[in-house]
Amino acid sequence: MCLAIPVKVISVDGDEAEIEISGVRRQANIILTPSVKEGDYVLLHTGYAIGIVDEAEAGETLKLLEEMASLSEIR
Amino acid sequence: MKFVDEYQDNELARKIVSEIATLSTIPIKLMEFCGGHTHAIMRYGLRQLLPENIEMRSGPGCPVCVTANADLDKAIALSLLPNTIITTFGDMIRVPGSYSSLQQARARGADIRIVYSTTDALEIARNNPEKAVIFIGIGFETTAPTVAAAIVHAQKEGIKNFSVLSCHKLTPPVIRALLESGEVKIDGIICPGHVCVITGSRPYEFIPREYQIACAISGFEPLDILLCVYKLVKQIENDSPRMEIAYSRAIKPEGNKPALKLMNEVFEPADTVWRGIGTVPCSGLRIKEKYQCFDANKIFKINMKPARENKACRCGDILRATATPVECQLFGKACTPEKPVGPCMVSSEGACAAYYQYRRPEKGHDAS
Ligand code: SF4
Repeated sequence: MCLAIPVKVISVDGDEAEIEISGVRRQANIILTPSVKEGDYVLLHTGYAIGIVDEAEAGETLKLLEEMASLSEIR
Repeated sequence: MKFVDEYQDNELARKIVSEIATLSTIPIKLMEFCGGHTHAIMRYGLRQLLPENIEMRSGPGCPVCVTANADLDKAIALSLLPNTIITTFGDMIRVPGSYSSLQQARARGADIRIVYSTTDALEIARNNPEKAVIFIGIGFETTAPTVAAAIVHAQKEGIKNFSVLSCHKLTPPVIRALLESGEVKIDGIICPGHVCVITGSRPYEFIPREYQIACAISGFEPLDILLCVYKLVKQIENDSPRMEIAYSRAIKPEGNKPALKLMNEVFEPADTVWRGIGTVPCSGLRIKEKYQCFDANKIFKINMKPARENKACRCGDILRATATPVECQLFGKACTPEKPVGPCMVSSEGACAAYYQYRRPEKGHDAS
């Protein structure tokens, strides 16, 4: 029930945003993420955007994982 | 899908597992609080992939599963009142209550509609002004703000036939209750990622501080969970329990402030009963007095028969992390997803459903 999936925001109009899930356009309520802008990724939960995905942090985590993986190769 | 596929890389996962195996020397027990994590762990076979000294236990993080029979019975009783429409998330409908399920009530003529969002429930209220439309509010901090948003919206728009039966629950108090009981010894907790999107990490900081238990918040893809396990193992091996965010693309320490503000505008903490755990102080959310005209508990007074439990079902033990689904004698025999006996077999986040859906050979066998 706490399922939330990352979706791309296409456009913002008041408390609503148009989002894209696997190529399909839908509406989402963005009252919980008022600072969201076009092009952001949000976590969609029961029709509401509950958080904005931080792209820089996403990249950092992947870098960290890759570093850990290359360590395991040296061993 | 962006922010999903990157965190599912098989090759990378095997290497991270090998890092964990190198680091981990002592037998430990980790609890994944959230049912969403249980499902991901089972789906990707992570239990089998991890070294044998790391045991994983599911926790009480399935909102449908922890809903007490008394609350479910009330939802069913409301559905049988004249001129009502019950709106609910799909998972609830097949859960057996003390005497019936919502599905059985529907067969008896109750108008029960599955909705994807509270915005759908509001739409049903708009379209049926002569009916009382009641939303069954089940969920943790992830969901409660969306229900608060619907109540505030209903007030602004003047929708008078909409109400909520709030069965919402808060997660930090139940973790404290489990740790206080001392029933199960846990070395580290995988904290619920999407709850923490709302709450931030701070409400969980008491766990390492007061109970010296390792903590990390995880996302829901396999690499997220493995990174979280790695961080927990490192904390445990170094004897330095603390709160770490292993899902930093989604979580800030302070959480989602507008969502918290809305949740606190509409709801206030109250004692509530959890299945298998009992009453936990200040672990539920009730609707504040200023929004009482949207509170189904205030609007509808019904005399309830006392709730009763199915003694053979071990959901309570599973939710307290003292048993795993396979320890239940009914598992996979009298109880299956087609014929569920308890909520843990119904809910898409229930541990029994996860164990059943992704049955695999036990550790030591090929997990691929
Ligand atoms: S297998 Fe069925 S009866 Fe047993 S604990 Fe799980 S839900 Fe309850």
